[in-house]
Amino acid sequence: MMMDLTKYLRKDKMPLIWCPGCGNGIILKAMLGAVDRIGLDQNKVTMVSGIGCSSRATGYVDFNTLHTTHGRALAFATGIKLANPELTVVVVTGDGDATAIGGNHFIHAARRNIDITVVLYNNWIYGMTGGQCSPTTPHGMRATTAKFGNPEGSFDISKLAIAAGASFVARGTVTNPVQMSRYIEQGILKKGFSLIEAFTPCPTSFGRHNKMGKPLDNLAWIKESVVGRKKAETMTEEELKGKLITGVLADVEKPEYCELYDRLIERSRAERGEPVLPERETISARAARAEGEEL
Amino acid sequence: MPEESKAKAASPHGGVRVMTGNEACAEAALAAGLRFYAGYPITPSSEIAEILSTDLPRLGRKFIQTEDEICAMGAIIGASLAGAKSMTATSGPGFSLKQENLGYACMAEVPCVVVNVMRGGPSTGLPTLPAQGDVMQTRWGTHGDHSIIVLCPRGVRETYDLTIRAFNLAEIYRTPVILLLDEIIAHVNEKVELPTKVRVVDRVKPEVPPEEYLPYAFTDSDIPPMASFGTGYRYHVSGLVHDETGFPTNKAENINRFMERFGRKIDRYTDRIVRVDRDFQEGAKTAVVSYGSTARSAARAVRMARENGTAVSFLSPLTLWPFPEKAMRELGRLVDHVIVAEMNAGQYAHEIEWALGCDAKVHRVNRVDGEPIRPRQILDAIEEANQS
Repeated sequence: MMMDLTKYLRKDKMPLIWCPGCGNGIILKAMLGAVDRIGLDQNKVTMVSGIGCSSRATGYVDFNTLHTTHGRALAFATGIKLANPELTVVVVTGDGDATAIGGNHFIHAARRNIDITVVLYNNWIYGMTGGQCSPTTPHGMRATTAKFGNPEGSFDISKLAIAAGASFVARGTVTNPVQMSRYIEQGILKKGFSLIEAFTPCPTSFGRHNKMGKPLDNLAWIKESVVGRKKAETMTEEELKGKLITGVLADVEKPEYCELYDRLIERSRAERGEPVLPERETISARAARAEGEEL
Repeated sequence: MPEESKAKAASPHGGVRVMTGNEACAEAALAAGLRFYAGYPITPSSEIAEILSTDLPRLGRKFIQTEDEICAMGAIIGASLAGAKSMTATSGPGFSLKQENLGYACMAEVPCVVVNVMRGGPSTGLPTLPAQGDVMQTRWGTHGDHSIIVLCPRGVRETYDLTIRAFNLAEIYRTPVILLLDEIIAHVNEKVELPTKVRVVDRVKPEVPPEEYLPYAFTDSDIPPMASFGTGYRYHVSGLVHDETGFPTNKAENINRFMERFGRKIDRYTDRIVRVDRDFQEGAKTAVVSYGSTARSAARAVRMARENGTAVSFLSPLTLWPFPEKAMRELGRLVDHVIVAEMNAGQYAHEIEWALGCDAKVHRVNRVDGEPIRPRQILDAIEEANQS
């Protein structure tokens, strides 16, 4: 990936907030590479995020960017996309942001199959708040709120999205950024709800609490845990324990929500007359203020 | 379909009609230019969503029933940023759920309208019965300090007018506006004459080129022009305290500068925003203050008192927030007793007491049992106050 992606960056916002050894920058570059290869108009791209480490990405990129409340990126993004379907809407979120507090929006956006691309930075932990357990923290692993090992089971986010109705689901890792960038590109080009789950190390929290060594050792752990989808098909359940399956996990053709809604508009007009609206005198807010807005 | 039923099927606008407050709210929103509605079913507000789910697509506009109240609030903010006038409607529990994103809309200065049809609370409370218990929540429901505009109609026609005004104020001041109805207003059928022409205001858009655009600029009006996403103005919107560029800041100086403008942009226009209905009577020593559906009982009680030869003044705020301080103080100087009638435990009376200081004594007429306050209750309070 040797293209110049700096035109998509708000360079004055550097340096990034992310810790040394964090994989988020790699995913961000993979995202920008995808945008560049597709040749999207910067003015027509909207990037929406929630709260957390990954969600800070929206501050660094030169698009229409929206840094929302915790877990709610998809709620805001749904409004943007439906109000103006011409915009390419990309959501940047994390495992906690998307599947704990934002879990409901996540499954329903997938169910609607609304044309939004979700790039989910999965680091198995809450990084920004200091390393608490997330819905993807593997059972038995440690976090500041799980000193004796996580007693809970974890989500398989990609499976969750597929079950909920997403039309494109792929998994990549920062150890293979070229492949991940391709997945993001495919996701953006796909009409419908797309999820790209990106595994990324968090040496500061996840690595430290689980005694995983230096940042490079964190990467090595991911690399060792990764199994391609095709190879995984040949492995037993026992062999797959603790493995991270990567690849395109779902790619199906199904109607997209905004297009379905447009068809509903056509139907509603065909069936009955349109409501008659009163005549409107439209003035600008500036004029209204100047007049002491006698409304 | 025969011609006649076709005409009936389409919602006619203007003219004399019999309709409920919820119907008036939905129709007025369309007239005001509503292009995007997101909502979640909740009694007693659901008719607003039902009507709009039918009428919006017919106009080529958008309706979405979201998975919860939180999503609805987020979606209308997103839609408004994309340039569409947007609204959601809910009731008590749903309004509680919306608070965080409502605070976001305040902070990011995103115009939108939030309708809250009050029912009995707290919690699930009394889903089908009227109350006015969310008055303080509309003012202080979200965390942190911010100003807010809250409008409160007393009947169906006023609901129509104030719904349009809510959209206009949201556009003028770049702020969410709360339209506070109660179950009686929402469900009462009244004969109304709707206007055939309405005045609609659109937000100020930037005139500078994109490279010079500051989404949160400090302007003379304190209200920065707002660009829509996708129009070439690439900017950042955040719920974090930000400087004029929209990016987060932790510098005390910048934070203060922002917070001052943020409060001032509504506070300085209080006199323009606030509307009250004054009916002061010469020589009256007692006054009644009431709002929403209770104001109808209060108006009746005032009429009865006057028929009995008792002088009494009446003040009814159509704008609950910003608080109509000037009008209240003026009233306080004229009378010795102020009766505040409201379907809660005395929320607005508390604020009025603060405004009046020692000028007049505040008497509370409250009900929280799901029953409307009857004119008789208020009349008794008027007579009691006059005798003290």
